[in-house]
Amino acid sequence: MNVMQQATTSPIEIRTPKMPAMEGRAVSVFYGQKQALYDVSLAIERNQVTSLIGPSGCGKSTFLRCLNRMNDTIDICRVTGEIRLDDEDIYNRDIDVVELRARVGMVFQKPNPFPKSIYENVAYGPRIHGLTRSKIELDEIVTSSLRRAGLFDEVKDRLNEPGTGLSGGQQQRLCIARAIATRPEVLLMDEPCSALDPIATAVIEELIDELRENFTIVIVTHSMQQAARVSQKTAFFHLGKLIEEGHTSDLFTNPKNKQTQDYITGRIG
Amino acid sequence: MALADTNSVITDRAASAGLRRRRYAADLRLRIYGIAAITVAIGMLAVLLGTLIVGGAQAFVQTHIRVTFPVSAEWVKADDPAAGNWRNVVRDGLAQVFPDLSAAEQREVVKVLTNNAQFFVRDAVLANPSVIGSTITLDIPAADPYDQLNKGVITRDTAEENRRLNDQEIQWFDTLVERGLVSKPFNWGLIFNSNSRFPELAGLKGAIVGSFYALLVCFLVSFPIGIGAAVYLEEFAPKNRWTALIEVNINNLAAVPSIIFGLLGLALLIQTFGLPRSAPIVGGLVLALMTLPTIIIVTRNALKSVPPSIREAAFGMGASKHQMIMHHVLPLALPGILTGTIIGLAHALGETAPLLLIGMNAFITSEPGGVMDAATALPTQIYIWADSPERGFVARTSAGILVLLAFLIIMNGVAIFLRQRLERRW
Ligand SMILES: Nc1ncnc2c1ncn2[C@@H]1O[C@H](COP(=O)(O)OP(=O)(O)OP(=O)(O)O)[C@@H](O)[C@H]1O
Ligand SMILES: [Mg+2]
Repeated sequence: MNVMQQATTSPIEIRTPKMPAMEGRAVSVFYGQKQALYDVSLAIERNQVTSLIGPSGCGKSTFLRCLNRMNDTIDICRVTGEIRLDDEDIYNRDIDVVELRARVGMVFQKPNPFPKSIYENVAYGPRIHGLTRSKIELDEIVTSSLRRAGLFDEVKDRLNEPGTGLSGGQQQRLCIARAIATRPEVLLMDEPCSALDPIATAVIEELIDELRENFTIVIVTHSMQQAARVSQKTAFFHLGKLIEEGHTSDLFTNPKNKQTQDYITGRIG
Repeated sequence: MALADTNSVITDRAASAGLRRRRYAADLRLRIYGIAAITVAIGMLAVLLGTLIVGGAQAFVQTHIRVTFPVSAEWVKADDPAAGNWRNVVRDGLAQVFPDLSAAEQREVVKVLTNNAQFFVRDAVLANPSVIGSTITLDIPAADPYDQLNKGVITRDTAEENRRLNDQEIQWFDTLVERGLVSKPFNWGLIFNSNSRFPELAGLKGAIVGSFYALLVCFLVSFPIGIGAAVYLEEFAPKNRWTALIEVNINNLAAVPSIIFGLLGLALLIQTFGLPRSAPIVGGLVLALMTLPTIIIVTRNALKSVPPSIREAAFGMGASKHQMIMHHVLPLALPGILTGTIIGLAHALGETAPLLLIGMNAFITSEPGGVMDAATALPTQIYIWADSPERGFVARTSAGILVLLAFLIIMNGVAIFLRQRLERRW
């Protein structure tokens, strides 16, 4: 299932338009004995940017990492509740995490390209998921992903040079290209701009806005300006609880909850 | 009031100046200790190397004597040259240099050349049979006493009865020198000959080949097993009491005295499994036991030092654990693993005790043809030579140690080169 293909090849919308791309229902997360998330229920709307905000340690990353089961890699982490991608519970036994992560891609806080060539970085996902049948198809995916990530023009002459040789902002766009090369439905970004300067940040924000057309995006950010600029929906977390969620403009101009108001006016966090 | 304040500031200043002086003095002392320690260490190393070079330098050259042998058809038949009477050919060769000696003296003068001179002549003629009936001129290694005389180890001032060469023998040698028949070229035999009873012929080839086979077995066994064990322990094993126990034991294994591994090899590999004594395969397996913990430990450290962000990136792309390890972690850890492995192998190369126990100190005059053949190794060869009374072996012992050190330095150099060459930033 693929949103892009859906949009271009199938004129009939199979899913009900209102149905969210992902939905967490009563999600609780424990690290050993310590509970990090309490009963979080949050819908991620299709082709929108959802931003998760809140003070440090409130569980934003934890929630984000539940959405593609990156928490599985932490031995002591236990997740209860339900997280749906389309109609399936992704914590269901017969879900294959490998396939899940191809459908729900991730971009990390610190740019982490593989120490391989730029080309290999982007080609890696399609390769391990067997998305292409020929070198030409693979070249095509690499080119289009780099182009979508707004990096192609800058690197087209040095696709065989190591990805680690790029600037921080370029590296982060390379990571985005790498993530969208598997044509995921949802793209998770954990503070993607925190290691970047304002100019590189602006480039990425613009990119996020363009990607929204084809992808559903969840972004964790510490910058409320960023949340306001790029997202349509915002969720505010505090001490492991989802305090408030809603349209970004509503939440920032007219928060219903006192804690939210305190946070966005800079009194907590 | 103000005056008192100023005073106290001044005394503070004085006190702090004293403090500063003491601090500088302490810094200086520490630096001097450090320099002294390094000087002592370097000095000891220099003394070691100096002794070895002074003692071993002699073994890197070898006295040769040029003799023209008449290959008479009487002694050597053209249809079966190998069966010729080569002893007589050698005797005739020397008789040409010393024409008027009695038969008894002729038997003695032949001993100027190495005992195996006849085989040198035979091999040279077999390689070039057209000389049968005419002459062949060859540089033959001098026998050890004459070699030592030429190198000044045996001196003419020593009383004749305390010398290994009597005045007559020395005079023969002087005659050879006068005629310009004595040379002292680089001793390739030290590297390209196998061991021999005769110091002038003894070389390290057998030991080098034996060490090579033993290290090959050691590498082929310990490298895959070590990496497998390390990958499992580091990436897959649950962190519980059992894995902790295994970890402690691996670390302990690295500290077990090597002679115990030799005993194990003797009891298990030779006596129980019936593998041949003195064979590089047994030596290699025993050395593998010793190298294994080192490889496991360095591999685990190399795996640990791969940044977690790379693992996350791979997982985030949907790589399975196997793909994450094979595509990303192992390639990045490989320089570290290789470096550690080479250093482990270098240790194994210098290891002597376990090889003595499994009989790799046998007297073997040809290089092994394979891992199952009896062989010596470099350190055990040095050990054998150190035990031999002939003066020629004393110098060869030092020379052997220098050759071993050269191999160790080369291996460590390769390790350093690999580390610097393959090290990546991420
Ligand atoms: N691997 C882990 N093991 C144990 N506890 C963890 C782990 N990861 C996170 N936690 C705990 O879970 C809670 C939520 O952490 P999380 O990383 O989700 O916070 P966050 O909102 O992303 O914070 P930040 O803005 O600083 O990134 C924290 O109290 C943290 O200490
Ligand atoms: Mg976080």
